[in-house]
Amino acid sequence: MKRALAAAFAAGLLFGLGLAISGMTDRRVVLGFLDPFGDFDPRLAFVLAGAVAITAIAFRFVLRLPHPRFGDSFRLPQAGAIDAPLVAGAAIFGVGWGLAGFCPGPALVGLAGGLADALVFVPAMLAGSFLHWLAQRQRGGA
Amino acid sequence: MNAWTAGLAGGALIGISATLLLWSIGRIAGISGIANGLATAPRGDRAWRAAFLTGLLLAGGIALAWLPDGPAREQTGTTPLLLSAGLLVGFGTRMGNGCTSGHGVCGLGRLSPRSVVAVLAFMLTAMATVYVVRHLAGNAA
Repeated sequence: MKRALAAAFAAGLLFGLGLAISGMTDRRVVLGFLDPFGDFDPRLAFVLAGAVAITAIAFRFVLRLPHPRFGDSFRLPQAGAIDAPLVAGAAIFGVGWGLAGFCPGPALVGLAGGLADALVFVPAMLAGSFLHWLAQRQRGGA
Repeated sequence: MNAWTAGLAGGALIGISATLLLWSIGRIAGISGIANGLATAPRGDRAWRAAFLTGLLLAGGIALAWLPDGPAREQTGTTPLLLSAGLLVGFGTRMGNGCTSGHGVCGLGRLSPRSVVAVLAFMLTAMATVYVVRHLAGNAA
């Protein structure tokens, strides 16, 4: 249990450091990537490529193991159908991402770094997530 | 370190982080999912989320404070814009079960068809939104 938590903490450290040094907490850089017809900034593509190059190779080896080092089983998302909530949710997220240039990770790191933009954005993000959870509950989903 | 190598190096750290989390405790490093579960996951499923997020905030916050050429500290977007964007990001990522890290870094790494579709969808609407804001409405923000 202790080692599992230490591993999760270490993974969080690496993730936060990666987001900060890659420039992803700077919404101008992100908005620049999302503007191919304007002042295009390719940096986000390098970040995604660097990350996926590692996960694409390493995940294969890791998932061949019988179980995680400090756990019973791998908890992967169910390989379900491509349904309306997936596409609509991703599309809604994209609109918000395109408006502000913040996605959840960089926004949280920005909050920790004291960026005023993130200070406004993050509470609204948590409220949006809570609203969806509430709506699902109302419908008897959860 | 120029912008491209910083991007690649930062991306590599993110990839290593996601690999470490999967290898050690068998979890996917999706920030929105990890954060959401902090409040709504079963009690026994919350401690690792808190540990991960503590690390994320600690390292990210310290790195931002030290970074030369970092992002602006003062508010650069209008409050209504940031609030509405935040609401959409929070609502959409919960509805679509993931964001740039879960569907992007981890999902693309696993070649999950759901994640490939999600990434295409959010990239498309994000670029369309920026196009409308910057080139049709003529707003430079």
